[in-house]
Amino acid sequence: MIKTFEELNSYAEKVKIDKKAAAKTRIMVSLGTCGRVAGGQPVYDAIKSAVDSKGSDSSIELIESGCMGLCHSEPTVEVVDLETDESVIYGNVTVEQADRIVNELLNATGLEKIERNWYYPELEENTNKALGARIVLKNSGRINPQNIDDYLAVDGYTALAKTVTELSSQEVIDLIKESGLRGRGGGGFPTGIKWSFAAAQDKAEKFVICNADEGDPGAFMDRAVLEGDPHSVLEAMAIAGYAIGANKGVIYIRAEYPLAISRLKIAIEQAVEKGLLGDNIFGSGFDFELELKYGAGAFVCGEETALIHSIEGMRGEPTFKPPFPAVEGLWKKPTIVNNVETYGNIPAIIRKGPKWFKNIGTEGSPGTKVFALAGKVKKVGLTEVPMGSTLRDIIFGIGEGIVGGKEFKAVQTGGPSGGAITAANIDTEIDYESLKKLGSMMGSGGMIVMDEDDCMVDIAKFFLDFTLDESCGKCTPCRVGNKRLHELLTKITSGEGTMQTIQDLKDLSVAIKDTALCGLGQTSPNPVLSTLATFEDEYLAHVKDKKCPAGVCSNLLSFEVNDKCVGCTLCARNCPVHCISGERKGAHLIDQSKCIKCGVCFDACKFHAIDKK
Amino acid sequence: MSEKTTDQAGLIMEFPEKVAELDAFIGELIAKDESVPNRGHLIESLHKAQDLFGYLPLEVQSHVAIVLGLHLTEVYGVVSFYSYFTDERQGKYKINVCTGTACFVKGAGKIMEEFSRYISINEGETTEDLKFSLNGLRCVGACSFAPVVLVNDKVYGNVTPKMVPEIIHECE
Repeated sequence: MIKTFEELNSYAEKVKIDKKAAAKTRIMVSLGTCGRVAGGQPVYDAIKSAVDSKGSDSSIELIESGCMGLCHSEPTVEVVDLETDESVIYGNVTVEQADRIVNELLNATGLEKIERNWYYPELEENTNKALGARIVLKNSGRINPQNIDDYLAVDGYTALAKTVTELSSQEVIDLIKESGLRGRGGGGFPTGIKWSFAAAQDKAEKFVICNADEGDPGAFMDRAVLEGDPHSVLEAMAIAGYAIGANKGVIYIRAEYPLAISRLKIAIEQAVEKGLLGDNIFGSGFDFELELKYGAGAFVCGEETALIHSIEGMRGEPTFKPPFPAVEGLWKKPTIVNNVETYGNIPAIIRKGPKWFKNIGTEGSPGTKVFALAGKVKKVGLTEVPMGSTLRDIIFGIGEGIVGGKEFKAVQTGGPSGGAITAANIDTEIDYESLKKLGSMMGSGGMIVMDEDDCMVDIAKFFLDFTLDESCGKCTPCRVGNKRLHELLTKITSGEGTMQTIQDLKDLSVAIKDTALCGLGQTSPNPVLSTLATFEDEYLAHVKDKKCPAGVCSNLLSFEVNDKCVGCTLCARNCPVHCISGERKGAHLIDQSKCIKCGVCFDACKFHAIDKK
Repeated sequence: MSEKTTDQAGLIMEFPEKVAELDAFIGELIAKDESVPNRGHLIESLHKAQDLFGYLPLEVQSHVAIVLGLHLTEVYGVVSFYSYFTDERQGKYKINVCTGTACFVKGAGKIMEEFSRYISINEGETTEDLKFSLNGLRCVGACSFAPVVLVNDKVYGNVTPKMVPEIIHECE
């Protein structure tokens, strides 16, 4: 049990010394969800048996760590020399390479080394002009998330200790206000102000909630933090509890994240065992307990009033604000709801001070933002950059550009509530306001890159599909309006659209935006409005010429064999519906009545003998 | 509620040990924190029930309602709202095609169509022999392997329509 700030410090010192004495080198295998999918577990097992066979004097500490964000090169293994702090990251590691890593450590030959293109603002200056800056992801992939000692060895829980022993609640709130931290869940509401509303309520019972119901399809930063650094969230929630006067915290997490759930459970258990959560934390008289609540698959539960209803065991339908949750939230008690990434910033702000935080990012949006970069980009992964970085930095710098040398077309930020940003605006410096100006939004940080092969009408329809599926049905504009929008889009993609259809799309979108009850409904037409604004020519091509320029909308497409066909039979063998006929070395023919327009033949043909029209 | 659900009655009678485990689980939830009204435990109870029985037919919903002292309509309201809960029996192999945005732009739609065509069921349905269920799934976070398909817990990455028959044959 750690009972005072001094005890925490001396315990952390002891952990550091013990760790140094126990091992000279640390090997970390990234075993977040991505790492596991890529086959990280067998690599870990192979390294483990190699380390074991060397015996205890190998001086190697092997750790199962969280996500480093390098999804494109999983499985990844990082080797750190604990004496010099030098480190090397190996990518695309195979089981066969395990021995070599264990024997040659930092200088393993023949392995793919990955350059670190980020720095840690809390620990170092940006000397190599790295594009990335990691505050929230500082520990993710660098510590063992299942061992609290690892977190304590990197100043873990010192922010909480400082908060409850040295600061008043008001001072904590002032500090967060001064830092300018804004909600990372999407809206960008100033966190300190949110906290001050709840603090001002004179009620005995209040709640702190962590929104870990990451629903944006294509965003997975919250999961990475929970899997890789769960204690930072627990610490931040306790700090929030102290600030607003709450003794209870609830983490509302998706049931689809089993690994994050299990790591959170372990973390809570260990924190309670060490006395860092529970009664009389650091002898300050402040009590704080935490519990997990599970979501059950509903995007709308990312909206705070809907989330609260879900915790109360009801349908996750939003209610009108005011009253805001800060006044009347969970079980009608004052409640603050913050997102995982927002909490991830809190301990660093307390440790380093608001001035340090404000130095990073832009004036209106200080700090960093984590983005989940995916889609048609070369280096898919998680990246944390200072606010004010440009889309070009992220997509062409960190992401290394578009796969297969294709043309960049657009990037969707803000998920189903955001919009598409085109090449014309790729040099925009990202912050909450600039993205809004472009008809998109920050959202939770999903960033899906699209190339010339993506049809923007189809993309808009995809997001509408999602909203339709996820609309809770409580208010008419969202329930019925989006259904009608979807029908209009389907008309266009199937070649039945007219100019009036486009006008109807515009009018209805604006009506939904103005009248829907909650954030989900009000932002649901954004993908339509933004693609209409930036890619109107594509809509017109569908409507006037009955053509899909990107070659996606199957009703407007046909596949035909041209005279370049040499009769190699490759297309016929690949066709899933066997609708291609022809003799070997003779011209082939596609039976249009059976063709499902899947495009497999088009992709398979090596002679450009198939036309997509 | 489909007819299929009501036809498959008898789970409660057939598996008394599962019922006992569920009751004990709910009992613990209630005892743990008395300040929380019972309905605050509903979603967690349903998760447990679905883990045990594989799905949530009316009789299971009704049992949960009785144990928690809630009305069946409240329970059904919740079950029908959340996509994680299902009141239909699922196939032995649950095929889930990720329909997150990254998978979508990499062609998840075609993968879904091909599964649907190959095993002759629509998205959201189960084959009559209860072998396969086909569903869409929101982002699993394995975006670098898009498009992704999950069969029970097994993950297939970079899936093409051509791989669909192989994936099905691997199950058989």
